[in-house]
Amino acid sequence: MNNLNMDKVGTERPGWSDLQLSSANSIKPGESNQSIDVRENQIVASVVDVSKHYGKNKALDKVSLNVHCGEVLSVLGPNGAGKTTLINILLGRLSAEHGTVSVMGNLPGELRTKRRCGAMLQVSGLPDMLTVKEHIELFQSYYVSPIAYTKVIDLAGLEEIQNRYSKNLSGGQKQRLLFALAICGNPDLLFLDEPSVGMDITARKSLWSAIAQLKNQGTSIILTTHYLEEADQLSDRVMMLNKGSIIQQGTPEEIKSRMRFKKISFTSEVPIQKLLSLSAIERVELAGNLYEIQTDKPVKALKQLFEMTDDISNLTVTGAALEDAFIQLNRSHETKSEESSDTSEVAN
Amino acid sequence: MNIVATESQPDLIKIYLLESKAEILKVIRSPGFTLPSLLFPVMFYLFFGVIFTMNAASMPTYLLATYGTFGVIGPALFSFGVGIAIERGQGWFELKEVSPMPASAYILGRVAVTFLFSVFTIILLFTIGAIFGEVRLQREQWLLLAVILTFGSIPFCAIGMALGLYLKSNSAPAVVNLLYLPMAFLSGLWVPINFFPELMQSVANFLPAYHLAQLGLKVVSMDSGQSVWLHIGILSLYLVVFSILALKAYTKKDKQ
Repeated sequence: MNNLNMDKVGTERPGWSDLQLSSANSIKPGESNQSIDVRENQIVASVVDVSKHYGKNKALDKVSLNVHCGEVLSVLGPNGAGKTTLINILLGRLSAEHGTVSVMGNLPGELRTKRRCGAMLQVSGLPDMLTVKEHIELFQSYYVSPIAYTKVIDLAGLEEIQNRYSKNLSGGQKQRLLFALAICGNPDLLFLDEPSVGMDITARKSLWSAIAQLKNQGTSIILTTHYLEEADQLSDRVMMLNKGSIIQQGTPEEIKSRMRFKKISFTSEVPIQKLLSLSAIERVELAGNLYEIQTDKPVKALKQLFEMTDDISNLTVTGAALEDAFIQLNRSHETKSEESSDTSEVAN
Repeated sequence: MNIVATESQPDLIKIYLLESKAEILKVIRSPGFTLPSLLFPVMFYLFFGVIFTMNAASMPTYLLATYGTFGVIGPALFSFGVGIAIERGQGWFELKEVSPMPASAYILGRVAVTFLFSVFTIILLFTIGAIFGEVRLQREQWLLLAVILTFGSIPFCAIGMALGLYLKSNSAPAVVNLLYLPMAFLSGLWVPINFFPELMQSVANFLPAYHLAQLGLKVVSMDSGQSVWLHIGILSLYLVVFSILALKAYTKKDKQ
C-alpha cells in the first residue's frame, strides 16, 4: 500500500501541475494574473480561536483557520481529533464555545449562508423510494442558480442510474448521489466529509477529477478524508488535527519535506537492544519479529545493519509518503504533549 | 463566482410542490407500509361499526366519526413521528438540515402526505358507512365531517413532529404506538365514551383525540354536549405546545 502510494506521489499527477501554480507558495508577481490574486485573498470561511468541549473532553482547543477562495483544504487526523466537530461548527450544527466563526461573511447555519454552501455528510441511508433524478431535482430547487442537471449527472458519474431508486444503489453509487446533492446547487463553498468511502478505485478517480473541475471553476472545498493519497492529490493545503489542536499545516509537499526520514522494514530475530546501539538509527519499532526503523541516513544504517547480522529478510526501504509524514508528525506531537518517551526510542 | 452577497431567493412555491411530490411518491411507492395503515381503521370500522354493531340505528354513524378520527391521527403521528426519527437516525435529516431547504417545506411535504392519507381513509369509511352501515347524513354534514377530520389532523402532526425530533429511530415506532393506541381507546374512538366509568370519562378531557372526535360527533349531533370552543381550544393548545417543543428541538444546537 505504501509502496503504491510512493509511486503515485512521485511521478504521476496528471493535470495537476497547472493547479499547483495557484497554491500559496508559488505566487510570483509576473506569473499569476490579477483576478486570481484577488480571489485567493478572499476568505470564504474563517474560524478564530474556537474551542469546544464535550463534557470534560476537549474536542477543539483554540483552533484558528482561514479558507481562501478557490482552494482545496484537507483536514486530516485520527478519529476523535476534532475533524467532525470543526466541520459541524462551520456548518452551523454545533455552536462554538469560544471564538468566532464566519462563513461567506455571515454566521454559519443561516439560510443565506446555506444557499451558497453544499455539503456531503456521512449518511447511512437515504429515502428508498425516490430515484436519483428526483433526489437531485429536489435539491436543485433549494438553490438560486443550480448547476444544470445534465452537468451534475456528468460530474457525479450517474448517467446510467438516473432512474434507479436509491434503495437499489450500491454503497459507492450512494456516495456519488450524495456528492451530486452537495454540488448541484453550484456552491461557493463545498464540504466533503470522507467523500470516497465505499468507492472503488475507478469511482474514486472520477470523483477526484470532478473535485478538480469544481476547484477550477473557483469552488472552495473543505475535505476530510482517511485516504492520505486523496489529500495528497487534491489539496492545496493540508491541516492536521490531533486532540483538538492543529499540529501541522502546509502544502502536501511542505509537510512531506518536513519529514527527513526513510523507513527501513524487515523481519529478524535479532534482539532489539542490538539495534538500538546502532548510531545511524533514529527510532526502532518491533511488532512480532517485524522491525520498522526510521533513519535520516539510510545507506549508513543499512551498512551497520548488515555488519551486525545476516538474519534479515523481507527488507524494504521506503521514503516519505504523506501517510508516513502524518504518522510521524502525529507521534512526535503526542510524545511531546504527553512527555512520555517510548523505551525503544533513541535520541540521536 | 461572486463573493458579494446576492440576496435573490429560490422559488418557494416550486420547493413546496417538489417536496410534497417527493414525500407523496415515497409513500405511494411503498404499498407494504401504505395499504395496512390505510386499511386498519377501515377494517375496524367494518367489523365493529357495521357487521357486529350493537345498535344498528346509531352505532354506524357514531363510529364513523370516531373511526374517522382514529384514521386521520394515525398517519399524522406516524408520518411525522416515525418518519422524522428514522431520517434522523440515517443522517438524512441532518443532510436536509445543512442544505438550504426551508424548514417549512419539510413540514409541508409531510402535511401533504398526512392529508392524502386522511382523504383516502375518509372516502373509504364514508363509502362503507353509507352503503353497508346505512348512515344517512345531509350533504353538508358529510362535507363538514370530512373537513373537520382532515384539518383536525394538524395538531397531531405537531405532536408527531415533536416526537420525531426527540425520539430515537429504533424506539420511535414502539413509543408512537404506545401513545396512539391507548389514546384512541381512552378517547372513546373504539367504544363510545359514555360506556366508560365516570373517572375515565374525565380523563378523556385531557386527550386531544377525544376533542377531535367530539367535534366530529357534533356534526351528527351525537357529542357529549360540551362547547365547540372548548374542543377547538384544547386542540389549539396541543398544536401550540407541541409546535414550540418541536421548534425547540429543531433549533437546539449541539444535538448528538
